[in-house]
Amino acid sequence: MNYFAGNYDCIVIGAGHAGIEAALASARLGLKTAIFTINLDAVGNMPCNPSIGGTAKGHLVREIDALGGEMGKAADKTTLQNRMLNRGKGPAVHSLRAQIDRRAYQEYMKHTLELQENLHLRQAEIVDLFRLEDGWHCVTMLNAEYVAKTVILATGTYLKGKIYVGEVSFESGPDGMFPANGLETALGKLGLPLRRFKTGTPARVLRSSIDFRELEVQPGDDTVTPFSFNTDPETIRNDMVCYISYTNDKTKEVILRNLHRSPLYGGMIEGVGPRYCPSLEDKIVRFADKKRHQLFIEPCGASTEEMYLQGMSSSLPEEVQIEFYRTIKGLENVQVMRNAYAIEYTCIDPLALKVTLEVKNCDGLYGAGQFNGSSGYEEAAAQGLIAGINAALKVKGKEQIVLPRQSSYIGTLIDDLCTKGCSDPYRMMTSRSEYRLLLRQDNADERLSPLGHEIGLLGDAEYNAFLKRKALKNAEVERIEGTFLGPSQELNRLLEEKGTVPIKTGVRLSDLIRRPQLDYFSLAPFDKERPELPFEIAERVETEIKYSGYIERQAAQVRETERLENKKLPENLDYDGIKGLRLEAAEKLKKIRPQSIGQASRISGVSPADITVLIIYLEKQKGDN
Amino acid sequence: MSKTIAAIATALGEASIGIVRISGDEAIAVAQKVFKSASGKALAEVQGYSALFGYVEAQGQRIDEAVALVFLAPKSYTGENVVELSVHGGSFVVRKVLRAVLEAGAFLAERGEFTRRAFENGKMSLNEAESVMDIISADGEQSLRASVLAKSGVLSQKCNAIKDRLAFAAATVAAFSDFPDEEPEFSGIDKLESMLSESKAELQRLLDTYDTGRMIRHGVNTVIVGPPNAGKSTLMNLLSGYERSIVTPIAGTTRDIVEETVNLDGLVLKLSDTAGLRNAADEVEQIGVKLARERIDSADLIIAVVDSSDTENSEIKQIFEVLKGRSAVVVYNKSDICTADKSLAEKQGLKFVEMSAKDGSGLAEFKSIVKEITKTDNLSGSADVFLNERQRDCVVRTLQNVNETLSSLQMGMTMDAVGVLLDDALAALLELTGERVTVEVMNKVFEHFCVGK
Repeated sequence: MNYFAGNYDCIVIGAGHAGIEAALASARLGLKTAIFTINLDAVGNMPCNPSIGGTAKGHLVREIDALGGEMGKAADKTTLQNRMLNRGKGPAVHSLRAQIDRRAYQEYMKHTLELQENLHLRQAEIVDLFRLEDGWHCVTMLNAEYVAKTVILATGTYLKGKIYVGEVSFESGPDGMFPANGLETALGKLGLPLRRFKTGTPARVLRSSIDFRELEVQPGDDTVTPFSFNTDPETIRNDMVCYISYTNDKTKEVILRNLHRSPLYGGMIEGVGPRYCPSLEDKIVRFADKKRHQLFIEPCGASTEEMYLQGMSSSLPEEVQIEFYRTIKGLENVQVMRNAYAIEYTCIDPLALKVTLEVKNCDGLYGAGQFNGSSGYEEAAAQGLIAGINAALKVKGKEQIVLPRQSSYIGTLIDDLCTKGCSDPYRMMTSRSEYRLLLRQDNADERLSPLGHEIGLLGDAEYNAFLKRKALKNAEVERIEGTFLGPSQELNRLLEEKGTVPIKTGVRLSDLIRRPQLDYFSLAPFDKERPELPFEIAERVETEIKYSGYIERQAAQVRETERLENKKLPENLDYDGIKGLRLEAAEKLKKIRPQSIGQASRISGVSPADITVLIIYLEKQKGDN
Repeated sequence: MSKTIAAIATALGEASIGIVRISGDEAIAVAQKVFKSASGKALAEVQGYSALFGYVEAQGQRIDEAVALVFLAPKSYTGENVVELSVHGGSFVVRKVLRAVLEAGAFLAERGEFTRRAFENGKMSLNEAESVMDIISADGEQSLRASVLAKSGVLSQKCNAIKDRLAFAAATVAAFSDFPDEEPEFSGIDKLESMLSESKAELQRLLDTYDTGRMIRHGVNTVIVGPPNAGKSTLMNLLSGYERSIVTPIAGTTRDIVEETVNLDGLVLKLSDTAGLRNAADEVEQIGVKLARERIDSADLIIAVVDSSDTENSEIKQIFEVLKGRSAVVVYNKSDICTADKSLAEKQGLKFVEMSAKDGSGLAEFKSIVKEITKTDNLSGSADVFLNERQRDCVVRTLQNVNETLSSLQMGMTMDAVGVLLDDALAALLELTGERVTVEVMNKVFEHFCVGK
């Protein structure tokens, strides 16, 4: 017999990276919120990489921060090493990545949830979920029945989780946690289109068993860039290092000899794994001609001797894992502390979601993170944040938000999931955005902080700090555009040194900065009026000036796109009644129900001809009214 | 429910058959009001693709004998119910039939409305619709062939090769940004420059076909020059088949630009006869000379007519100087009277032919030289692609963007910036192939349709 345990505006199921952002956003926007986790010691766990950020993922964290989310702040507080990747590839793809003290991160997040007003953090497994007239009912294993106006599913790999290590398999959540089985049954009853995905993680090994003497050392950057726009770089720890090693022919031989014992190749696992984060055996089979594969040996924390072997995930039997790890230079005598494993879990086909992350035909039910088919902490947190915001807006009777693709990687991520769907766990990559030069990590605040403030998630102090940064940057860009340099011996010597033509007459400073061989910083000695600026702002000034022509080109592309994005499609449009639409297109459109012509044009199976038919249909409707 | 429309579907003018096309939900009912079958069978009783012989009547008066062809939706040109009434040609009869149909309740079709409906009903793609437009406005056999080729997708095939290359280049740039710094094995980016250079050459080749295509579609802008009385007007008359310019033995007779359209084995020449290029004293003639020079500058083909007996004329030297390097042919006229000294034309590297405009000898050789100059001599059919104005604009923009991408790459810009330009190049090309939909493209394509098709 269930007992009534309380009414909430919003209940979040799961306290991983998606659940945390969802619960914090909802509570901070004034909703009475509860967040449930199977184990309180698993809040904000990093069951895979002890790191946050990386290519495109770093962009996501900056965007989360710009909107008023928590991940960037937590990462800054618990960083062990800070690096900006892709420095040589241009500002669009500069990506921040940090090694994180995993336990410290969990502690920070758990404490933040505990301190949050309006938020109730609770250890309990939700085993049933159903909708009655008074709202969504969540029932725990111990018969507590909660009622909520909105529910956010952030179940990660817990949902009917099953671990595989060689021939051994058992039902389990990550890191020895219980799986959530009852909830999966309940979601099935709701009629959600569920599917199985899988992911994997490498072994953790004992630091003292590694021979570091011949390994390449990878230290942090000299200049630290925080994730959060409001973190002082001076406060960030950056003294721990990572190491690089490589697999070899022997590794390959061990794996190939034991391939038949892999549950993946043996056909035991039905779930689809992430294409861009394959296990080592997968890499060796798929890239057969590749001589070696790189691995990074990363610290799991400041107060643990566990080391993470990035790139070496595997679902081979434990003894095979130990054998192939020991073929690698530096790991000859390695002591495995936790074995590598594959984990299979249940998630939803994201085409069943609206772009607000609400499940279609399930009013008030939202999904976020791995449940929606994505992979990665940052992707999860980004969706959690949006789901939390939208649940709050819904309860308040306000219009929910949809971030356009051209605004952010978050918008691109959600649009991709809900419009194109995914056939394997979706990982954010810079190549997924067609507006990379506009969606830089450095300007995430300019793109999103006004919205974050308007929603009410970004506080006044942080918003004012943003306005100040923006003003500083704009003033400096303007000053540079108006500064002229005359030819001088010293200047021309620099120009020749840098391999560019000397000047004969006065030139705009900005034009010199635009030369690929030069930059804002190298011209400092000749720019007498230059004010003292924080490094972060100076870098942004440099980017905006140097790339101004390209940025304007991309802005024009965005304006062109927006013309189609602005052609809205009614949610209840009768696609069967539109003459000229091909059957396949009508079926897809009925299923996905795009919000605009722009979104419709990204659906696979909807051709340009179908789009023109839709445009004409809309024009005609307009004409008829 | 679509309103029923009607229009004359055949070209107006002398023709043996004229067709009035009726399309829409009420097409059969409307047609029935004006058409009486000889057998007494009603149009509504027949199946699709059936023809009935009978008469078109209006207000009890029989207008003409007619064949009514019935197409039932969706198996028709427009995808709607369609009735086509074929009557005897001649604008008077056909117009009368149309008037009767309109009085019976059809609305006069707007410009391009049949094709627009066909497109809206999924009967043809935007590119096909565009080709239909080209067919409608085609005047000449070659022209029609080129349009039909476009409809069969040869252009798309040519573009696809370029598009695939550019798309691969763009994908390479995108992938480069995702590839971790630490992995040096990423290849492909070093091939970017050669990929772009190849695309550039292919685009240039495609662009080169534009002029040929334009000449085939819209005719060859041809200017006839030559000293007064060298026989320009006679040549024009020979080509056009009847007397047009005033031909008199007095030099300087042709004062205005005289225009004529002639059909040279399917290739349409738009001839302008000019007043010649000599330094005329006469003010009126001076204006003519100025006009002539302007025409030469914009001509696709220049025919210089020289009197075989008068090759030392000072004006000839002047003319040959102007023609050097242009698409020109020198006609040594009056070959029936004497043999010309062709050394001057040879020296200037000009193509020439000896002929007599009066008796027509040398005409065959003249024709083959004209085809050679206009590059219409060895059109092989399936391999030829001709761009229309909109498509050319897309190719030009693609090429421009490819050039910018190349120079940005060579300048040493980072890949994130290079990629922006490359994306623009690809977008312009996708616009051509119809894979990228923009509102402008649709409007542009449709504003050119004429009534009937």
